[in-house]
Order: sequence, then structure tokens, then C-alpha cells
Amino acid sequence: MEYLIGIQGPDFVLVAADNVAASSIIQMKHDYDKMFKLSEKILLLCVGEAGDTVQFAEYIQKNVQLYKMRNGYELSPAAAANFTRKNLADYLRSRTPYHVNLLLAGYDDADGPGLFYMDYLSSLAKAPFAAHGYGAFLTLSILDRYYKPDLTREEATDLLRKCIEELNKRFILNLPSFNVRLIDKDGIHDMEKLTVGAK
Amino acid sequence: TTIQEFAVPVGEEPSGFLKSCNTEGGARFELHHGTTTLAFKFKHGVIVAVDSRASAGNYISTGEYNKVIEINPYLLGTMSGSAADCKYWERLLAKECRLYRLRNNHRISVAAASKLLCNMMLGYRGMGLSVGSMICGWDKEGPGVYYVDDNGTRLSGRMFSTGSGNSYAYGVLDSGYKEDMTVEEAYELGRRGIAHATHRDSYSGGVVNLYHIKEDGWIKVCKDDVSELIHHYKKGMF
Repeated sequence: MEYLIGIQGPDFVLVAADNVAASSIIQMKHDYDKMFKLSEKILLLCVGEAGDTVQFAEYIQKNVQLYKMRNGYELSPAAAANFTRKNLADYLRSRTPYHVNLLLAGYDDADGPGLFYMDYLSSLAKAPFAAHGYGAFLTLSILDRYYKPDLTREEATDLLRKCIEELNKRFILNLPSFNVRLIDKDGIHDMEKLTVGAK
Repeated sequence: TTIQEFAVPVGEEPSGFLKSCNTEGGARFELHHGTTTLAFKFKHGVIVAVDSRASAGNYISTGEYNKVIEINPYLLGTMSGSAADCKYWERLLAKECRLYRLRNNHRISVAAASKLLCNMMLGYRGMGLSVGSMICGWDKEGPGVYYVDDNGTRLSGRMFSTGSGNSYAYGVLDSGYKEDMTVEEAYELGRRGIAHATHRDSYSGGVVNLYHIKEDGWIKVCKDDVSELIHHYKKGMF
């Protein structure tokens, strides 16, 4: 039902998530934000079981902020991703595993942009582009076909738009709007929401 | 010697009768969020409307159950799911809200109150609690409606409906809602939402308990029998 997508460029990461919060067959909210700001240049996109998503994401968010308070500098995106994965792994074989699928996107002043894919079994992979949800079955091939490592911000936005058009065309569930954000050396930028009928 | 006596419904063997109402057999009753509750924000505050049927499987245990908890004069909580769980945890929430007020010398916000309830639910994750509630009130940020459930979901929004009849209520609410409704129109919309939902959903019924939360607190607007309301609507009145 839920959809996350991330595309990494040479000096930025573009991420998008749908805006629906659903319960059984009902859309409870149409403007729900699934992105959590871990720091000035790191975003965590989180989908999965009700309750687990916000609980886990807020736990990671607060711990990343605590690290900065204790040590005076921020965790890098790669370090934050590995911290997140470790927490998922620790809970996986406990009485209360967290059923969440994540994308972590960030800009490291030293290493540049990074996109990290994580799933509920606590696998972690750094990838140039990634998607979660049933929508990924329709859009990963589009990303395979048109992605190039040196794509510009406009090309990345066009690629994202292509993916969303495909969802609107072929995906059985209605996902009318998407939050879009871009991370680069200047931080996190809110981009225009992509809605049905976007050309 | 005194013999303990339990008050039982008039009839022969209550346990046998109750077994027949139960799909599983045995003493456990099924709880299916058998209710319709709704709450929405509009220009003049928050409307909260609930039905009053309490069901245990296919048995109606009472037709006049108040599913709104008056936490304090400016905060209300609605109940759907297990009556026992909702009543207990929302009463505990009321206690925590009172302690907050005493310790911090200002009223708790709707956001904070709903977060307290959400964290109580998360503490018992996976242990079978059944709570679907809307925490509604008016604080410094203005009117607030938060949906909280036993999964730990907490959503802020303009309009929510919970319970087995929620889809029917959404239909009526979504088609009749206008941001600039008058107060009377809003009361009628809330009443209609519950009444039409109870008409279609067999696990909802009884009376509509309607509340209006304004800047200076909530008022109880009315308590209308749904069968009378449906009768009037069908006749073309209102």
C-alpha cells in the first residue's frame, strides 16, 4: 500500500513518499508525512506496521540527536544507517520485533550523498536508487532503464515523475499525492508535492 | 451463613444462552470494535458524536453506554473496541492529565495527552489490548483531534471516525462537510453520521451522544434515539 522511493545524484539525494495513512480499507489521512528528520542533512523514510513505524523512527531520531548533544558533532549518514540497522537486528529475534521498511538518505560533507536501503529483516544496502512497497515492483525497472550516475536535479525529478505516473497508471490502489524532498550540501529542501495529474 | 448470589438476566440458564450468542463457544466474548464514533473540527470548534450500543459477540449487553470519557472540562476521549480497556486506560489518562496540571501549573495540550495514551498502548504492544479512541479538545494551538489506537498509531487530523460503522459515517461526513458550517449544521452532520451508520451497522445503535468543544470547554448538546432520527429522516423531515 505504502510507497517510498530514493534517487541519488552526484551531489544530492531525491526522496519521495506517499501521503496516505490507511487503516483496513479506509484512508484515515491524506496528508501524512512519512519522513523523519534525523539531522540537518539526514532523512529517514519509514513504512510498515502501524505503531511500529513512528515508534522506531522517533527512537532513532532522538538517539541521533542525543549523539550530537553528547559529542558535539553529528553522526554521518553511513553511521546513522548502521546504527539503525543494528537496532533493527537487536529487536528482530526478541519478543517485540519492529516490522518496518526504511530508506535513509543523507549528505555527508566528506563522502557526499548517500542512499541506504533497509528492510524489516535488518538488511542494509547502499544503493544509487531504491524503492519500498508494492509500487516498487512497477518502478524499479524504470529506475534501472533511465538512471545514470551523473543525472542532474531536473533529470532526477523527471525520473521520479515517470515512476509516479506509472503508479497512477498501473497500480491498483489510489495514491493521490507524494511528499518530495531533496538533500544536498545546503541541507534538506522541501519540493513541490507531486499530485495526480502532474505532468 | 450467607450464600453469594449473582444478579443474572431473567430466564433459565444464562451461561447456556450466552454460549449460543458466541461463535466460538466457551466464556470468551469476541470484541470487534463494535461501535461508531466520530469527531471533526470546523470553524466553531470540534464536534464529537458517538453511538451507545455495547455488544458482546452477537449479544447486546447494553443499549445505553456512554462512549465519551469526560477527561476534564476541555478534553474528551471517545471509546471503541473493548469497553473495559477503553474505560480503564482513558481513566488512567485523565489521572495523568490532572497530575500534569498540578505539577506544571498549566493545562496539558491535546497533543501531549494523546501522546501519553499512545505510549500507554505501546507499553502493552502485542498483548491484545483493543482500543480505538479520539482525544479531542481545545488548547493553546486551537481545536485538536487525535486518533489513537492499540497499535500505537497516533494521527492528528480534521476528521476521524472509528469502529465497525466508521465507513458509513465517513460517507455521510465527507459528502456533507463544509468548512464554514454553522453550529446547527455541524450538530446535524454529527447526528446524521452516527444515525446512518447505526442504520447499516448491526453492532452500532442506541442513542447519539453529541458534544461540542468550544474555546472555553465542551458542552453536551443532545442525546437522540437513532431509531427516532431514522424515522424522521425517512419521513422527509429535517
